[in-house]
Amino acid sequence: MVQANKQAPKPQASKPAPSPAALARPAHSAPVSYECTGAESIVRSLEAVGVDTVFGIPGGAILPTYDPLMDSKKVRHILVRHEQAGGHAASGYAHATGRVGVTMATSGPGATNLVTPLADANMDSIPMVAITGQVGASLIGTDAFQEADIVGITLPVTKHNFLVTDPADIPRTIAEAFHIAQSGRPGPVLVDIAKSAMQSQTRFDWPQDVNLPGYHPVTKPHSKQIREAARLLASARKPVLYVGGGIIRSGAAAQLRKLVDLSGAAVVTTLMARGALPDSHPQNLGMPGMHGTVPAVAALQKADLVVALGARFDDRVTGRLDSFAPLATIVHADIDPAEIGKNRAVDVPIVGDLKEVIDDLLPELAKEHEKNGKPDIEGWWRQIDSWRETYPLGYTETDDGLLAPQFVISRLSEISGPESIYVAGVGQHQMWASQFIRYERPNSWINSGGLGTMGFSIPAAMGAKVGSPDRTVWAVDGDGCFQMTNQELATCAINDIPIKVALINNSSLGMVRQWQTLFYNERYSNTDLHTGHGTKRIPDFVKLADAYGCEGIRVERLDEVDAAIKRAEEINDRPVVIDFNVSRNSMVWPMVATGVANDDIQYARGISPAWDREE
Amino acid sequence: MSRHTLSVLVENKPGVLTRIAGLFARRAFNIYSLAVGPTEHEELSRVTVVVDVDELPLEQVTKQLNKLVNVIKIVELEAGNAVQRELMLIKVKADHSSRSGVLEIVNLFRAHVVDVVPDTVVIEAVGNPDKLDALLNALEPYGIREIVKSGAIAVARGSRSMTDRALDRSSRVN
Repeated sequence: MVQANKQAPKPQASKPAPSPAALARPAHSAPVSYECTGAESIVRSLEAVGVDTVFGIPGGAILPTYDPLMDSKKVRHILVRHEQAGGHAASGYAHATGRVGVTMATSGPGATNLVTPLADANMDSIPMVAITGQVGASLIGTDAFQEADIVGITLPVTKHNFLVTDPADIPRTIAEAFHIAQSGRPGPVLVDIAKSAMQSQTRFDWPQDVNLPGYHPVTKPHSKQIREAARLLASARKPVLYVGGGIIRSGAAAQLRKLVDLSGAAVVTTLMARGALPDSHPQNLGMPGMHGTVPAVAALQKADLVVALGARFDDRVTGRLDSFAPLATIVHADIDPAEIGKNRAVDVPIVGDLKEVIDDLLPELAKEHEKNGKPDIEGWWRQIDSWRETYPLGYTETDDGLLAPQFVISRLSEISGPESIYVAGVGQHQMWASQFIRYERPNSWINSGGLGTMGFSIPAAMGAKVGSPDRTVWAVDGDGCFQMTNQELATCAINDIPIKVALINNSSLGMVRQWQTLFYNERYSNTDLHTGHGTKRIPDFVKLADAYGCEGIRVERLDEVDAAIKRAEEINDRPVVIDFNVSRNSMVWPMVATGVANDDIQYARGISPAWDREE
Repeated sequence: MSRHTLSVLVENKPGVLTRIAGLFARRAFNIYSLAVGPTEHEELSRVTVVVDVDELPLEQVTKQLNKLVNVIKIVELEAGNAVQRELMLIKVKADHSSRSGVLEIVNLFRAHVVDVVPDTVVIEAVGNPDKLDALLNALEPYGIREIVKSGAIAVARGSRSMTDRALDRSSRVN
């Protein structure tokens, strides 16, 4: 309907993200108070809380808010083409900047379209606020046109949510929503506001304080537990730091680096933590889990101490839980007390913000080293190095003359480099992007980890580019994912958001196909998408890019790969889509099949490491 | 599995009960009984939940409950240190020939008759679950027509107040 003023200021280059600890303290701002409508109160509240970008779509119940929004000099509204994409864009924005992403939608179907991005953000601890219109207060509960109980629907997939029917509650509720979204363990908060509240006259009163008697995230760790963790870390012979996405959310990468260097421990970075420690760091063994590196998986299995930092012992990391890291003492640090001991019994629980946890841990560890000397972990590293030598990350050449997807992604990493942001969808291409791109800094890798939401990449890349306009943003997407959300290329082209898309087009739902190859006797039930080389190419992605005002490039041969990536790097006035036609027979390796022990990891099809030989 | 009684202090706001009940369902925990009511503070309600759960999942459910923004405080009330009561209304057959037997049981259990018609009486009884079970067993032979039980409510023994301490804490933190 109405597009926000194009002259609205663009967001500045990203400010450093405040840590959950800093955010857990309520913000104070100057008192303001005046008469206005509820709708104006919503816009003023978003301005007061510092929002610079909203991704959304108007509709009946939210319409009153879009009128004052048009006049806002501080808030840029980006009109997306589907509410799901608005939600994922808010996620991408939050991922890239560490600030709260904001999305807006109307009641009923507009709001229900937000369920997937809210659930996604909830699983991956992404700070997000969704503002939805609700039917007028007197109509609630009558099955009115476009009515849905979105507070009830999103209850299990949000950190918290609110229904506002009294316009006087708008500023306080929005202040609380942002406080909850970004403090403690971050997460999505939905604020559902009745249309009647938007249309009523009210007073805008910005609250001086957030008063949530039941919400007090603990950020300062217990000193006794810290000392115990230090003692264990200083005496373990086979220590592993199991680093999760919490390090990124906390903004604790610098602290982590110090802990890694001081402890000498091996480090594994989970799918959500890629980039938390540079891949070039000699102690970084890469990603653990189902498609992790052999050294990362093996190190956890053989460790005598696992220090989990902002990780949650997800089933994709542990494999069969009762055989995960069977020899290890477990130290588990997390800002969410409910994560500790949820899946794996813990010897030393530490509740706190990881920045503060590591800041406290460093001097205690140094003291232990002074007292007893550094532990002898040379043997451990010899063992790890032998795994690294024998089982490096690699791939086999294709046998059908088509490109190897791993090659394409490796070249992308090489040419675009670590300063770029890479945003993946879900499936084979996501795993290859996690494995074969070299990440050197936090917030450079964005993906849907917990929920595994296909279609995440394009809208999230759009949000990341808006949040970090000075960085190159590559969406590494699959042909299946791309077809779920590629309508947002229109949003990108129209709003000057020049993302680049590396489409890993294997003409199929690749990860499902891989499982059909391995576990269903190569019966390929409903995984052929007909988009690749030698097919009907429906749709033709180059033509589709063209139709959306984007540059489309098709790459089918090895010698075209570098040139295409370089050309895309040079185009900054519109989005670019490179349709890399890759082999559908390429599979993601290594792999731990579901429900089996991590010890049974396969390096490549039918090849399992022989552990005993190296011990 | 063992039975545990949790006393949960919550903000008195719409939808809080849904959040608590939803959490139990979502995390696959079984509620045996649930009672909700106002407290001496207008802004607070108190929920008493009785759950059948092992020690470790109980810790997890408590932690998950604590994460709910509207939940202020959770205390497990153990049988030895708390007084726990349920209210039960029982409609039992009692005609001319059996009424005196029924009334004898009512007196033995210090229960009350709150309604009488020619062929039935309604009995009101308060007590801990064991006492109410015993009463039911005693009445069984006469023919029980209907039972209504409240969820258990419980309070810790001694002079300390859960609400006061919870309010102190939240005003100190903010």
